[in-house]
Amino acid sequence: MDYLTTKGRIFDIQRYSIHDGPGIRTIVFLKGCVLRCQWCCNPESQSYDIQTMMVQGKAKVIGRDVTVEEVMETVEKDRPYYRRSGGGLTLSGGESLLQPEFARDLLKAAKKSGINTAMESMACAPYASIEKVLPYLDVYLMDIKHMNREKHQMFTGKPNDLMLENARKVAASGMTRLVIRVPVIPTFNDTEEEIRQIARFADSLPGVDKIHLLPYHRLGQDKYDGLNRKYLLNGILPPENEHMERLKAAVMRHSSLNCQIGG
Amino acid sequence: MKKFQTADIPKPERIPRLIEHLYEKMPEIEASRAVLLTESYMQTENEPMIIRRAKAFAHVMEQIPIIIRDEELIVGSSTIAPRGCQTYPEFSFEWLEAEFDTVEKRSADPFYIAENTKEALRQVHKYWKGKTTSELATAYMAPEAIRSIDHNIFTPGNYFYNGVGHVTVQYDKVLAVGFEGIKKEAEDYLALCSPGDADYATRTHFLEAVIISCDAAITYANRYAVLADSMAQKENDAKRKEELIQIAKNCRRVPAEGAGCFWQACQSFWFVQQLLQLESSGHSISPGRFDQYMYPYYEKCVLKGDMTREFAQELMDCIWVKLNDLNKCRDAASAEGFAGYSLFQNLIAGGQNKDGVDATNDLSFMCIQASKHVFLPQPSFSVRVWNGSPHEFLLKAAELTRTGLGQPAYYNDEVIIPSLMNRGLTLEDARDYNIIGCVEPQKAGKTEGWHDAAFFNMCRPLELVFSNGVDKGEQISVATGEVSQMHSFEEFYDAYKKQMNYQIALLVNSDNAIDIAHKERCPLPFLSCMVDDCMKRGRTVQEGGAVYNFTGPQGFGIANVTDSLYAIKKLVFEEKKVTLDDYKKALENNYGQGFDEISASEMAVDIIRSLQSTGRTLSEEEIAAVVREIMNLKVSEEDKRKYQQLLDEIENVPKYGNDIESVDLFARDVAYTYTKPLETFKNPRGGTYQAGLYPVSANVPLGAQTGATPDGRLAHTPVADGVSPSAGKDVNGPTAAANSVSKLDHGIASNGTLFNQKFHPSALSGEQGLENFVNLVRTYFDQKGSHMQFNVVDRNTLLDAQKNPEQYKHLVVRVAGYSALFTTLSKSLQDDIIRRTEQGF
Repeated sequence: MDYLTTKGRIFDIQRYSIHDGPGIRTIVFLKGCVLRCQWCCNPESQSYDIQTMMVQGKAKVIGRDVTVEEVMETVEKDRPYYRRSGGGLTLSGGESLLQPEFARDLLKAAKKSGINTAMESMACAPYASIEKVLPYLDVYLMDIKHMNREKHQMFTGKPNDLMLENARKVAASGMTRLVIRVPVIPTFNDTEEEIRQIARFADSLPGVDKIHLLPYHRLGQDKYDGLNRKYLLNGILPPENEHMERLKAAVMRHSSLNCQIGG
Repeated sequence: MKKFQTADIPKPERIPRLIEHLYEKMPEIEASRAVLLTESYMQTENEPMIIRRAKAFAHVMEQIPIIIRDEELIVGSSTIAPRGCQTYPEFSFEWLEAEFDTVEKRSADPFYIAENTKEALRQVHKYWKGKTTSELATAYMAPEAIRSIDHNIFTPGNYFYNGVGHVTVQYDKVLAVGFEGIKKEAEDYLALCSPGDADYATRTHFLEAVIISCDAAITYANRYAVLADSMAQKENDAKRKEELIQIAKNCRRVPAEGAGCFWQACQSFWFVQQLLQLESSGHSISPGRFDQYMYPYYEKCVLKGDMTREFAQELMDCIWVKLNDLNKCRDAASAEGFAGYSLFQNLIAGGQNKDGVDATNDLSFMCIQASKHVFLPQPSFSVRVWNGSPHEFLLKAAELTRTGLGQPAYYNDEVIIPSLMNRGLTLEDARDYNIIGCVEPQKAGKTEGWHDAAFFNMCRPLELVFSNGVDKGEQISVATGEVSQMHSFEEFYDAYKKQMNYQIALLVNSDNAIDIAHKERCPLPFLSCMVDDCMKRGRTVQEGGAVYNFTGPQGFGIANVTDSLYAIKKLVFEEKKVTLDDYKKALENNYGQGFDEISASEMAVDIIRSLQSTGRTLSEEEIAAVVREIMNLKVSEEDKRKYQQLLDEIENVPKYGNDIESVDLFARDVAYTYTKPLETFKNPRGGTYQAGLYPVSANVPLGAQTGATPDGRLAHTPVADGVSPSAGKDVNGPTAAANSVSKLDHGIASNGTLFNQKFHPSALSGEQGLENFVNLVRTYFDQKGSHMQFNVVDRNTLLDAQKNPEQYKHLVVRVAGYSALFTTLSKSLQDDIIRRTEQGF
């Protein structure tokens, strides 16, 4: 039972999450990320350091160190809901793979309790880290943001080579159900051509039959002020529903994937 | 596996026009019933009361003006004006006369009243002075009970001033044999009476009264037949002419005889529903299991091909519209508590039959469809859920939830059936339950449940602990000692229980007094002929004729009392951060947040009383000056800091509603302080008391009568609603709140519990959203929750509706146990709805 004592750093646990994996889920947000996506709606997730953020005029400490056992105490509370809805635990962040042992042991603890597991991740880590979590992961919700290396670098701070390579490896392993997710960001990747390229890539991965298009939203904008940071996408509006439908139609036309708007 | 016809049926074109007509103007008060009733009473002065009631009912049926509204397929209107109301002076009238000139302008549920109506009612009211149920009830009450009512510890207002209602009758029986059949039954029972029987006098008079009432209902329907015929003759439109001819045919046949087809079944149902409300003014007369008792006629007509499914749907839609044609004017204070012109006519679909087999049928789906088509507050639509409920039925119900109508409410068979058996119902009867009014379960046609007997404010006895039983300068409760002398939490909690027990006994005293007043002055023969075993026993429901008899007063404020006691336990006795004396001062000073006018007046009353006791008299100006003085009182900076510190400490104490086991189990125990003592009491009809835990919307007006509470709630703000957590205090989302609420013992609160959740529509979007929603409901019920209901609107919509009510005339929200038009609610209630935690976004 050693895995229950593994420590890690999280910044939130959110229950009744219904847009991140099947059924009713509890999301554990791990702190720390390798990317710096300009549209990120959880900017407080990016630094691994424990920070202070102003929320509605009050200073709030972001980040706490916890054991797997402590997290599981909360995750267990909604077990009856998971059973009814086919839901479970979802790891999110940040990038969970920056804390590979903690992520692995959280997933392991859930599996040992018979709870379904999912992870939202960009796969931006050495494959060895991914290999650690795969045996305990039912659904891998993998972000692919852009097929163009330079544009990816410009908007997220890192090129996309490692992620694309990892996506191929995860798919080839056959150890988890891989779902590709694309945040649709105006001025970055919201043209039909850009989305089509991602869809083609996803379609080429063995075992992948689903892609989610997640429309950009601005709900995280206030947090940038709270962290004393500048929001670079100021003035960019969320894509219109009609545009999202057009993109969905393009995906369906050019791939065999099942495409859904939203998580 | 059972297959259902689930395909959507398009909305008939007639429906929007019927609704438009119904909502054209402000509802109006009419005098015809009161005038006819009084005429009859004056002619029957020395006859037995039961006969007088029957004759008065018959007189009204014979002469009250009737109308068939444009395009109606189901006819029968209690007033000429759409959504109008009659008055019921035999229960009470003084409040109405006092409010003649304000009733049109008031914020909650205004009514238009014409000058000549006022005059007619003034004349009639002269007769009723000293003859009403409310006056007799007052005479029967213990003085201590009246004092507690005056001090707002509880309010039995509902039945104190009105008829009881709150019943579901044997619609199935009327549909099958008609009132001729029921008359025949009464005649058979009469033939069995022997002059030497001990109860010969009462029994025979009751049965004769039943016969008079049945004849009266038949007469009333025949008047509609004549009217429809004469309208048909003048009608130029061929289609409408044909409809009117069929309406006339229907009214000649039902409710006199059994229904021959689905249309007649609908018409027969409607007359019963309408006339019950003309006999007495009670609300919550609930259609119950409509999909069950109507099904044989649907089968006979629609499944055999004599009528299209579309037309059957149109008829049901017409009934749904008609249920909004009935109305009731309450006094200004009650109107706040029951806001939304609601009559709480609860209609329920789905669930199991008496043999424990799932009873969902095509009509269950069509009920959901009717609510979608008509989209009005009535009926209060509910669905029953159990392990065997078809998934597609719940998905369809979830689709209705998603529209934002605030309906249906979901009920859990798996909790309600055993809780009813625990109250003595047979297994078969318990399985066949339906819901009355907001959330109260009972067996139709066998129960006089007195389901809404009073509201009991559980926060007030907590105030009495701090004041040693004194309220506004008067000793109104037991002296449980000064709090400064209490040295353990147990001592404090014990004092609370003593205050509760004392006040609960007084609540029972007042309810029983009212019960007897209804029995003596307003027995109801028409209602009683459709409830077993009245005819067999030869007694009305008011005299204990029903098989099952209960009295169900509601406690509310569980969340506030739990959070308060828990804070005292932690801060005073465990962490020793404050003393009870500090707490007492903080509460008296409303945590230093200043006094509003209500607190100031209350304090002024204390001061004025003590001045008067010294023989001084004060002018109105002087009194006003005292109030002003108090409102301007400044709390010292140091005290202010102290109070703020206490509020901060309270904020950090765990709260009910966040899935924290120790707090939630404590809440369970706190609920027992109300539910357990109550079940030891008996009512005059030979039944027992059973608690409910829900406030309708009374948590707002009754909160306004409650001082600051130890959970940090400021004076005169709303108390928590139902068994829901305090507004904004549940911060861990809907599953956590549901887990907390499910820790209460819903089984013992067999008069119903009420759990509200509010969702943003995005939480139910797409098929996946519906699935998750259904699973949320299922899981709460797996954990033995009893009832759940939802508001699905976003906050901005509500704020905008507050600003531009004109554009939101049809915006429906779910308030406590029922749906109401948002714009008709008072500002404070609107604010409360907006404040409730918005979940799932």
